[in-house]
Amino acid sequence: MLYSSIGYYSLILGLIISFPIILFSIKNFRNEEVLDYKIITYSFIQLFLVVISFLGLIFSFIYSDFSNETVFNNSHTTKPLFYKISGTWGNHEGSLLLWLVVLTLFIFLFLIKSKDLLKKYRVLTVLYQQIIIIGFFIFLIKSSNPFNYIFPIPDEGLGLNPILQDPALAIHPPVLYLGYVGSSIIFSSALSATTLNYISKTWATHIKNWVLVSWIFLTLGILLGSIWAYYELGWGGFWFWDPVENVSLMPWLALTTLLHCILVLEKRNNLSSWAIILSIATFTLSMCGTFLVRSGILNSVHTFANDPERGLFILTFLFILIFLSLLIFFIFHKSDSQNSSSFFLLSKETSILINNWFMMYFLSVVLIGTVYPIFLDVISSQKISVGPPFYHKLITPFLIPFLIFMAIGPQLKWIKSGLEEKLHLVVLFIISLLISFLIVKNLDVNFLINTILIGSAFYLFLITIRDFFLKGFKNIQQNIAHFGFSLLILSILFNNIFSSELITNLKVGESFKSDRFEIIFNDLKKFEEKNYTSFKGNFSIRENEIEDELEPELRVYNQPNIITSEADIKTTFFTDKFITMNTVQNEEYFNIRYQVKPFMLWIWISVLLISLGGLISLFKKKYEK
Amino acid sequence: MRNRIVYFLLITFFIFAFVIFYRGLDNSNLYTPKTDLKNIPEFSSETFLKKKLLNSKDIFNKDKFYLFNIWASWCVPCRDEHPLLIKLGKGKKIEIIGLNYKDDFNNAEKFINELGNPYSIILMDRNGTKAIEWGAFGVPETFLIYKNRIIKRYIGPLNPKLIKEIESYIE
Amino acid sequence: MKLLNFFLVILIIFTFNILKADEIKIQNKITKNLRCLICQGQSVYDSDSEFAISLKLVVKNKMEEGFTEDQIYKFLTKKYGEWILYDPQFNKNTYFLWFLPLLIFLFGGAIILKKLINIKK
Repeated sequence: MLYSSIGYYSLILGLIISFPIILFSIKNFRNEEVLDYKIITYSFIQLFLVVISFLGLIFSFIYSDFSNETVFNNSHTTKPLFYKISGTWGNHEGSLLLWLVVLTLFIFLFLIKSKDLLKKYRVLTVLYQQIIIIGFFIFLIKSSNPFNYIFPIPDEGLGLNPILQDPALAIHPPVLYLGYVGSSIIFSSALSATTLNYISKTWATHIKNWVLVSWIFLTLGILLGSIWAYYELGWGGFWFWDPVENVSLMPWLALTTLLHCILVLEKRNNLSSWAIILSIATFTLSMCGTFLVRSGILNSVHTFANDPERGLFILTFLFILIFLSLLIFFIFHKSDSQNSSSFFLLSKETSILINNWFMMYFLSVVLIGTVYPIFLDVISSQKISVGPPFYHKLITPFLIPFLIFMAIGPQLKWIKSGLEEKLHLVVLFIISLLISFLIVKNLDVNFLINTILIGSAFYLFLITIRDFFLKGFKNIQQNIAHFGFSLLILSILFNNIFSSELITNLKVGESFKSDRFEIIFNDLKKFEEKNYTSFKGNFSIRENEIEDELEPELRVYNQPNIITSEADIKTTFFTDKFITMNTVQNEEYFNIRYQVKPFMLWIWISVLLISLGGLISLFKKKYEK
Repeated sequence: MRNRIVYFLLITFFIFAFVIFYRGLDNSNLYTPKTDLKNIPEFSSETFLKKKLLNSKDIFNKDKFYLFNIWASWCVPCRDEHPLLIKLGKGKKIEIIGLNYKDDFNNAEKFINELGNPYSIILMDRNGTKAIEWGAFGVPETFLIYKNRIIKRYIGPLNPKLIKEIESYIE
Repeated sequence: MKLLNFFLVILIIFTFNILKADEIKIQNKITKNLRCLICQGQSVYDSDSEFAISLKLVVKNKMEEGFTEDQIYKFLTKKYGEWILYDPQFNKNTYFLWFLPLLIFLFGGAIILKKLINIKK
């Protein structure tokens, strides 16, 4: 009870602190030359209070304080400690508190790390960020209070969904939010810089670090979510084009595009309109995503609590931010029409422009696919589903030119290029197509498009490797990131093409033989764990000469009362062997699903490589300094 | 000048989007399929006790109201609605046909013996495919039928209010 | 003569196996495109719920009866509405859905082209 009270009052105090922050900021904006250190102090106090509040909630979870409604709804005394703690942010109210932590943290860090920049710019950024912070404080306290008191105090909580008790999922929200919510600082600073006509090389160099930090965490956050889906949801997929996944992908697409525009802005002081619009768009998409998954407007695998009242608040807040940004952009932005005449056709700037073009297309596909059902339902009361086939059909063909441009683009020079190495590039492309052809021709799949797609991905793959040998560490961050991307596409394609699966019903002791595998159900053992009963099945799978032993599990939880199926996955360097076991209503046998999924590990590694590129870029500057 | 047009278009678009999302909030995101199904599907099924094969043509052929109820012994809400079905079936105005969905025979028999039998005929749907012919996807679901046409469909258990509604149709 | 018969039988079994394998592939393709109505965001192929198992059986039966892929989709859409299909049908409801991204792509291309042509002048 104590911790909840501390948490609640810290939250209220934190909101109150916004007022001196705003007051001093406005005063400082007009007057002195130097930043008023009181702004930094009060921002720190606000951060401190929010963190105390957050800790208050965490400790309420740790000590199973069921007088707190959020703890009651989402925890249980038998939950392991690690999951009690991660349960703090695994629910609607707690995750919003995490939003506030990141919002206040980032503005404070921004203030400390921008000492060399224009004072007015720093102060205005604080003001814009405070609009967002106050909005979330009000939202939290009024409609999503994590510290609601319930009486009489229940003895036991309602427990967290056991599917969410997983290490990857436990750290997925904090990592994701550092990226997702972290883009708020990019939003605020872009608005501030636009208002003051401060968009320039200096600003670009400064904001680039924030873009990189946000981007790296967002990439890793999405990766963790996919890894969790793969290991935990039990059907061997890692991306379902589910609304919640799309909602994290959209800011990522905008942020990646922004990153490339910032590079142009830094080097050539161009594409400033793109940079501003994308900075606004990234955070807007984050907010839009929050709206879509918390308001109950969409139906998805992992939406949070559905409450239309909360939805209305976020919707209104979101559109206020959008209108504010539009207003600022159109009043204050001065386009760099003088500079745009210096774009030559064959130049790095053009290739980045083309990159923007494709990325915006991909973004529009994901956005339209996700929100179209809502529009259709409201306008004509028709409910349709937009699923993976839609996204695959619209994205896959465009990946081919995209990959090729991604390979050629970095070869071009800034301003103007002659493309001297034309011959090498063309030869490598032909080689890639040939390799791809040899791989695909023996398979009975969509021959033409797969050949060209794999060929293009291979092309990027070979070009980035070649660049590494030719240019060494000169532009390694870009190389690794693009190489990682090519590897990602190749891994996904090969995984798709070479996966195989066996589904059968077996009783204990039975076996099944297909022309490729033989699977034997050896035995079924029962164990008692802390908060569930476990039934482990032991299976032997024989393929040619190789024999594997796998043990999928069925878990019967007591609180809440559900049964989950835990896959057993054997991961090797080249392939994953994946097995799940499920009960069948009224039958004594189990439904067994065995899959061989090649290159899964490479999918995860390639995303790590992409983030590594960003990480290197972040630290390279410091090293060079 | 062009700038202003773009500005105006964007504002209009965002206002439009806001209105759509606002209206969208009221719509439920749970899907209840719009049954365009007007006529009852044709199907054959074994009966519960006598294991006789019956065709739907033979079942719904009289000039009276039928209630087609999909149930299972493992379905908890079915237990709740069962007494209401029995009461409804007592009056001779409506004939209740049951479809036993994905059930074990012994458990279903126990269910009937324990709670009573409102059904003039019970059909078997061991694998759930017959229910799909009706566009059902769970239990319990109930269809009000007259002259081979589906008048009303109820998804989920019946309650006294819905029973009253059925009774008003029968009049 | 006997040898010929033998080879004929082998050929038939071989073709049958390939056809069967194809059939399974199409079945998988169909069930991956169907939404499991009682699960939250799973395809019928991925789901092991009762409804999904029954629906997989229905798809198999319909295929054996001779339904084509499109006919099966039509059949299920009639029972459950368009919501059950993950691949949105191309009809008057979805023109915007399919065309809007492509229009955006063309529009973006036009802007870029204009920008580059302006420069060449």
